[in-house]
Amino acid sequence: MTTDHDTVPYSAMPSGDLLRNYPYAEDFFTSLGLMLPSADESVGAYIERIPPEVLEDLGIERRELGEQFSAFMTLLISLQEKQNGPTIGSITIQGGVDKNGADEGFVLTVTPGEVVSIVGPTGSGKSRFLADIEWMAQGDTPTRRRVLINGAVPDPTRRFSLEHKLVAQLSQNMNFVMDLSVEEFIAMHAESRMVNDVAGVTRTIIEKANELAGENFSPQTPVTALSGGQSRALMIADTSCLSTSPIVLIDEIENAGIDRKKAVRTLVDGHKIVLMATHDPILALMGDRRLVFKNGGVRAIIATSPAERANMAAFEEMDARLTAVRNALRNGERIEYV
Amino acid sequence: MRLITVAGPPSSGKTSVIIKAAEALQGEGVKVGVIKFDCLSTGDQALYERKGIEAKTGLSGNLCPDHFFVSNIQECLQWGEQRGFDLLISESAGLCNRCAPHIKDVCAVCVIDNLSGVDTPRKIGPMLKMADIVVVTKGDIVSQAEREVFAYRVQQVNPGAVIINVNGLTGQGGYELGRLLSAAKETVSLTGRLLRFTMPAALCSYCLGQRRIGSDYQMGNVRKMDFT
Repeated sequence: MTTDHDTVPYSAMPSGDLLRNYPYAEDFFTSLGLMLPSADESVGAYIERIPPEVLEDLGIERRELGEQFSAFMTLLISLQEKQNGPTIGSITIQGGVDKNGADEGFVLTVTPGEVVSIVGPTGSGKSRFLADIEWMAQGDTPTRRRVLINGAVPDPTRRFSLEHKLVAQLSQNMNFVMDLSVEEFIAMHAESRMVNDVAGVTRTIIEKANELAGENFSPQTPVTALSGGQSRALMIADTSCLSTSPIVLIDEIENAGIDRKKAVRTLVDGHKIVLMATHDPILALMGDRRLVFKNGGVRAIIATSPAERANMAAFEEMDARLTAVRNALRNGERIEYV
Repeated sequence: MRLITVAGPPSSGKTSVIIKAAEALQGEGVKVGVIKFDCLSTGDQALYERKGIEAKTGLSGNLCPDHFFVSNIQECLQWGEQRGFDLLISESAGLCNRCAPHIKDVCAVCVIDNLSGVDTPRKIGPMLKMADIVVVTKGDIVSQAEREVFAYRVQQVNPGAVIINVNGLTGQGGYELGRLLSAAKETVSLTGRLLRFTMPAALCSYCLGQRRIGSDYQMGNVRKMDFT
């Protein structure tokens, strides 16, 4: 981002200009319960004249408040740049060792738009693998794996930065604890992502979610009233549009009234790398490759073969038949002829 | 020895988070001890000991738990030195959501959970705003969007902190937190050190044991609400 203001520290700029250029800077004051500075006063001058009693109540010293403002602006700018900036071209995972110290001996490079399935029994090391990616391990975790971004060792500060989080996680049990409508909820998320067109993004997400969910919901529906399928559909659409994390991790999308194939495609279209832990043959075979876990390590990487792909049609047919039976059951019909 | 102060609202998952980080560190040969500050009673010492983590409990009784903490932390450090720990973690609940005092140049951690709601970060005082590391727990229970909004709200009030998600049940993130803690600065002595911020002003008549209500009985540091 190049503006004339790059040379002027944010705290010296007249607040009117600051808030016009960076509307989200307002959050800094509202989150502390402070009034906004007047338009012609700089934030620095404003902080200088805050009475000591107010600082005492806030639990912060004057100098620290100034430092926090600078840190906040840095965060804000980097979030905005992340929103518009270059995306990740590839992520490479170099194998480490399994629970017995045996070499995994693999190098896996994945690029946005790819689907990788993850299979293996409970306790076989799937969670640790995902944690390694999330942490951007550099041979310093128990597995000794290394993670490279665009083929290079990432800057260590990325590990803890909010805007550079690598993994967004769509877990199996997903609840909403906020008492908000779908529209308010998504708008709140969009705001925390510094999106310019909050209303537009919110509308798109709700539309996409309704395409995925079996039964429609309105923007006014409270999030707490959504069914399991609707919540998942909403989160998949939301992650696809709003999350800056290049990798989406999905724990088994069950049959809860959601078009599973379309759901995965929504994420892939959003240029995500999709890592999917699943035992569902249809989903597993949607992956270009699958990682097989055993004893804390990656035992094999299997590329989906043309023959396997061809089998998918048969699995889909079986799935369609089962779905038909399920619907018949739901409609109170007898299930005598299969 | 490295001293770490861990604070956070009750039930945010402090003990579980400390146990997960300590287990990861012990696996690497680091000797970890814990001091647990509480008000009335606690079963956490047994919880720690079951995991092979040496622990000591301090009950503040009718004293402000944070004043109790400051009055004892120097002796806690000595105890830790005597026991030969590499890392001593003090755990205290910020019961008024304000202080749970952090010490300058001593690694300060605040633990808060996603279930407490997105407005909570704004309601917590220096305990959160002055922490070096903010551990967010119970992320597995809420949606990805809520996790992101919550982390952003934490970053708004403490833009300088490292934010890390830890699952106290599965331990996800515990190893990573352990790495952060073991990189903390060494603490040799606390005498003469400064708290990061003052604790709430005190000493009104109620601090001294007054029980009667009414202006006639209120003396000292009293602040009245504005009803005009």
